[in-house]
Amino acid sequence: MKGNFIDNLPKIYGIYTGGFVGFIIIMAIAEQMGMTAKTIGIAFVAFTVFIYALIGYLSRTAQADAYYVAGRQVPTVFNGMATAADWMSGASFVAMAGGIYFKGYGYMALLVGWTGGYVLVASLLAPYLRKFGCYTVPDFIGTRYGGNLARFSAVVVLTVASFTYVTAQINATGTIASVALDIPFQYAVYVGLISILLCSMLGGMRGVTWTQVAQYIVLIIAYLLPVFWISNKMGAGFFPHFMLADEVARIGELEQQFGFVKNAAADLKTVPKGLAGITKAHSAVNATPWAFISLALAMMMGTASLPHVMMRYFTTPSVKAARKSVGWSLFFIFLLYSSAPMLATLSKLSLIDPNLPTGIIGKTFAEVEAIDWYQNWNQANLMFISDFNGNGTLELNEFFMGGKAVVLATPEIAGLPYVISGLVAAGGMAAAMSTADGLILAIANAISHDVYYKIIDPKAETAKRLLVARVLLVVIGFAGATIAAMEIQGILGSVIWAFDFAMSGLFFPLVLGVWWKRANRQGAIAGMLGGLAAGAWYLVWVRTGGSGFLGITQLTFGIFGSAVSLVLMVVVSLMTAEPDKATQKMVDDVRVPSGKSILGRSH
Amino acid sequence: MSNQQKHWEKTRGLLFITLAIWFVFSIGIFLFGAEMNEVTGPFGYPWTYWFTCQGSLGAFVILIFWFANRQEKIDEEFGFSEREDE
Repeated sequence: MKGNFIDNLPKIYGIYTGGFVGFIIIMAIAEQMGMTAKTIGIAFVAFTVFIYALIGYLSRTAQADAYYVAGRQVPTVFNGMATAADWMSGASFVAMAGGIYFKGYGYMALLVGWTGGYVLVASLLAPYLRKFGCYTVPDFIGTRYGGNLARFSAVVVLTVASFTYVTAQINATGTIASVALDIPFQYAVYVGLISILLCSMLGGMRGVTWTQVAQYIVLIIAYLLPVFWISNKMGAGFFPHFMLADEVARIGELEQQFGFVKNAAADLKTVPKGLAGITKAHSAVNATPWAFISLALAMMMGTASLPHVMMRYFTTPSVKAARKSVGWSLFFIFLLYSSAPMLATLSKLSLIDPNLPTGIIGKTFAEVEAIDWYQNWNQANLMFISDFNGNGTLELNEFFMGGKAVVLATPEIAGLPYVISGLVAAGGMAAAMSTADGLILAIANAISHDVYYKIIDPKAETAKRLLVARVLLVVIGFAGATIAAMEIQGILGSVIWAFDFAMSGLFFPLVLGVWWKRANRQGAIAGMLGGLAAGAWYLVWVRTGGSGFLGITQLTFGIFGSAVSLVLMVVVSLMTAEPDKATQKMVDDVRVPSGKSILGRSH
Repeated sequence: MSNQQKHWEKTRGLLFITLAIWFVFSIGIFLFGAEMNEVTGPFGYPWTYWFTCQGSLGAFVILIFWFANRQEKIDEEFGFSEREDE
């Protein structure tokens, strides 16, 4: 039966995709027949979450290797889709186009960083860790370097990085649930959390894998359909990715014409928190090479160190499949990432070009305030205009918008039916849920497998291990939701920090574990703990008014952390005895795909 | 030199080539971002702008598949590829 399921995957997900498209069409018809926008929003979120929960239930399991690594039988392409959903968070979905819209080139370093990192994953790590046969990332560190302290240090770094990330994702789930279901954020966070746990609790990695594939399908349809539709509706080109050069040039022209007028500080104080005006050129290079490259580099090395991504490649049937699967992952990610700048371009042009019917710059304030969508989004606190110079017409510097509005409001501005907005909400929910699931599972598995089973109670039976794993899943989820409900940091800031923490502590211990035989336990422990401490110190220092050095900011502190980690690891390794013969043999075995994995199939 | 050492040497060689190409698309191009953006790039977009929103991303996708195929060939050459029943 199991084999059957894997063989039938294309058919099953084909039917699922057809069913989802059918659902969109039914909703579109219902809208025409007078269904309210609110009901459509609720229907979209409720229907998709129900499907994920159903998949989660059907994937329930009582076996350790199914719970931890989905039985190692996830085919290449499907693992690629699951990784893409795992990877693309609520921030990628909701906030990325907005970031590009406001910050332009300097921000797009994230696009390069969040894709280029996969080259490092494919060439330096994923196939070797797959050959190792570990359940979790600390499992690799603990076995390669030996000893409970090394294993525990890896768990510490993993938990710090993933937990920083997961609060942001639960926050995003809550934001979308509160908008779509129209309930207060404090409660919506827990609604989001329960949806997340429904996917992962019964089936562990197996449940998460098959829901993530389903979530990818929803989120990619929800992202691409509006981009293509808007582009066609505006007459910008039927395939926007290849055809928006004129639009990009036109934005440059308008920027010249309007100029970037600097607002007085007193005027800016009247703008609601979180909204921003267009102050940077759309396609011009507006960052120094180092500012761009350091951010991209930090994100790339962070990508290769984040455990929730790495563990997806433990689920493929072979080493060969793990390598190919990284390529598919990046292909599926590319589909969304390369569309975000196109959406930002279309959104900006439709708002600022006076020649377009949707353009609002140059109109009188009375005209703009009479527009339906402006009223809606002004009420939602995502748009704001104010006549600073008192001339009665709206200037570029007098228009303010929230970053999320680029994804959430553009379909409505372009005059697309509301069903698209409902679809976008479902897509955002899918993106946030899939990432949150991967992260919570990464933390819970590391603690249950590496701390509980490997360190505290190595004789525990499978049933007991999986019970501990599930209890931890719930506890960590609730801890994340509680912190998310406090709304301490913005979504994107904490996502970037997570990358910096991960690279500070894990990048070199992982890479050198495969590529440098001489690396030993003492070096790895020094590298992990020293790197994490150095990175955290730098972050605190810069946040509390420190000047920083070499242009490393609070967004790129991982560069400092990982440099310290590398130096410590090399120096300490060379000062202490080289690893024993058995460990060196283990490294040799990891380097070739053939032969048995280092750790047994079930361990 | 043993078979395994030769295999590792070739694997390492492939890694260096892969990382060199990766370096060009993730860092090299953006060292001269401002100068290159004056040039009209593919599909009529400004050069650097196009690379940061599509070009480099696409290059990474192709690079990974190319790398995976080369590595498979190396594994086969030295008889280290996996058998189906493992």
